[in-house]
This record gives sequence, C-alpha cells and structure tokens, in this order.
Amino acid sequence: MAVAPSLRPALAVAMVALTMEACLAADAQSSAYRVEGDGIVSPLTSSAGDPARGRALMAGRDAANCVLCHSIPDPAIRDAGDIGPALLGVANRLTVPQLRLRVVDMRQVNPRSIMPSYYRTEGLVLVAQAYQGKPILTAQQVEDVVAYLSTLR
Amino acid sequence: MRIGILLLALLAGNTFAQTPAIPASELRSGVSFGSAELRAMQSDDFANPGMLWVERGQKLWQTPVGSAGRACASCHSDASLALKGVAARYPVVNASDRRVIDLEARINACRTSQQKAPALAAESEDLLALTAFVAHQSRGMPLAVSISDSARAFFDQGRDFYYARHGQMDLSCADCHEHNWGRKLLAETISQGHPNAYPAYRLEWQSLGSLARRIRACLFGIRAQMLASDDPQLTALELFLAWRADGLPVEAPGVRR
Repeated sequence: MAVAPSLRPALAVAMVALTMEACLAADAQSSAYRVEGDGIVSPLTSSAGDPARGRALMAGRDAANCVLCHSIPDPAIRDAGDIGPALLGVANRLTVPQLRLRVVDMRQVNPRSIMPSYYRTEGLVLVAQAYQGKPILTAQQVEDVVAYLSTLR
Repeated sequence: MRIGILLLALLAGNTFAQTPAIPASELRSGVSFGSAELRAMQSDDFANPGMLWVERGQKLWQTPVGSAGRACASCHSDASLALKGVAARYPVVNASDRRVIDLEARINACRTSQQKAPALAAESEDLLALTAFVAHQSRGMPLAVSISDSARAFFDQGRDFYYARHGQMDLSCADCHEHNWGRKLLAETISQGHPNAYPAYRLEWQSLGSLARRIRACLFGIRAQMLASDDPQLTALELFLAWRADGLPVEAPGVRR
C-alpha cells in the first residue's frame, strides 16, 4: 500500500489503534519496511546495528548530526541544541520499534514535527541534485543510530 | 447593511491574512541574539568591518563608469538626501518590466540602462560596496515594504516559499525561524530570520555578504536546490521577509555570527 503524504496525518492517528502495513519508500535507495502499531519491529538490515557507530553518526557534523537539535549523554559532546528533547533516558520512554520509526520517519508519528525523516525519499520538494532519491541515512546507519539510542537508559 | 457587513468581513479576513505571525511587540532583530561583543562591533562604526564597504561604495558612487560616462552621483546629486529611506522600501516592483527587484538588482538596472556599463556580478566587491553604501543611508529607518497592487503576487509567492518544506531535510523557513526562534541549534540561538542587517558582515564569511547569500546558506543547509542570487523566487522571498520584519530598523551594514 502506497501512502500519499496527504494521508499521513490520518495514518498517524490510525496507527495508534491499528496494526497497519505500510510499504513506504519503494525506491531503489531505501527499501520497504513494515509499520506495526507506532513502531517498526523488524530491523531494516540483517546485520545488527552497532551502537559505537551510531554514537559517531549522531555527533558527526556531516552524518546524522542529531546533536544539532538533541543533547546526548556524552562528555565529549559539549555543545548540543535544545530544539528536540534531550535523549538521556530515551530508551526508557520508547521501545526499540518506536525508536526505529521515529528515526525512519518522525512525520508519520507527528506530521508537524520539525524532525527530518532520516529514511524517506518520497514526498520531498526541490531536493539538491546530489541528494535526490537518497535518504539522509542508509538502512545500516538507521540501525546503528537505533542501537545507540537503545543504550540511553 | 448586508453589503456593509460583507465588506467588513472581507476587510477583517484580509487584515488577518496580512498580519505577520510574529507580532510587532515580539519582533527581534538578529543582532539581539548575538553576543555583547557582536552587538558592540555592529554599533561602533570604527569596529564594524562593514563600514569598509560603505566607504568603498561612497567612492564608487562618485566615479563615472560606462559608455555614458555617468556616476551614480551625476543623477542622484546628494546621496544622503536622495537615498534616505530607499533601502527600507526594497524589494519593490520595477515599473518598467513589472519584475520584483532588490537593491542589488536596482543598482545593476541603473548601471545597464543609465550608465551603459555592464552589470556587476552577484557578491562582487563593487556590488556589495554600492549596496552597502545605499542601504547605509537608511540606517535606523523602519522597514516598510509595499505588498499591495502589483507587489501582491510576488508577496504571495514569497510567503508560499517561506512556509513550504524543501530539500532532503524537508524543512521550511518557518520551521526554524517562526516556530523555534530563541532555541539552540547546536551552540547557536536561532534568530527570527529578519533581513534588516543586510548586506551584513558575517564572522563566518569574514566578509560582507548579501541577503541572497544568507538565504542560499539556509538552502544549502537543508540540502535544497540552490537558487541563483537574482532568481525571482528568491527576491520574492526577500519581499516576504521584509514585510514580516515590518518596523524593524535598517542596520546595514549589520554584523552577524
């Protein structure tokens, strides 16, 4: 089932009550995944995420750069933004499937969220040539970030 | 009576649609988000690096160029009088071709049509200098662009661009500068995104730069397709930005991070 961007607000509501299948991003660069409840249960890759790589991605200025908006409990990170919630204890608040959906496409959870969708290629407008058809993170990078987030208790 | 009510409703609707999201009482120039050092640098003409471009612009203003052999000053005799308040009204719709133009485009239009000289390149030292000199004559005057009549369509275009999400990051201007100003992006406080300091000296650039350059830096950040400095969409956005900053004083040449 392809989900049009205009349907996402309705979908976000429906997802709370229902288990739905959503085949998104049927793009060569980002493969399909299954949304169940308000999470993605199955990992996007067969190889497990690596928390150390995930930490580096989150702090790296050219990669996920999560610290632009979120603080993470890491003494090496002195500066962090405060647009999004602090991520200390995020693994106590959210399950791994919930974390995965929020990294993949936060806008499915809250269409008005400022948080970019890190694993989405459709529904984007005026994307710079170099990034066209590419998600911000690869499937493996998403798993790495999720692996790191799941350690933040 | 009924028509009167209808008119009133129309007017009210119109007024509502024309009220900036950030009310005048909460408008804050970008300089107020800077450090004490930065604010001091902007307010002291001897410390403000932008004044070097103003001085250069003053000389250029008086220098004849082009096959017409005219200087800017040949037509606009006393710059301090002739140019006072001009920058506060820009961008405007150019009467001759009905396009929306900013100060840089106005200067280039004068060069090609009046001075018979080639247009200056975007972000060239001479164009920055002339723009800074012209804008400086309006320093302290409140921004007051017109969005009525022929400007309305360009205003609408600029507003639509402002609120639309763009780029791989899928962010709108409003996501940061309207809904999250005052919050921290890494170590920097997000400003309300007003244009009143430009052309401005940015410490990051180690140079004076135009408003178009500043907007292009945001487009780069959200990984959106780049607009040329003189792209009509970008100038329309400049018009919308000036309108939502209505009343803020011209600070050009401002100093920013």
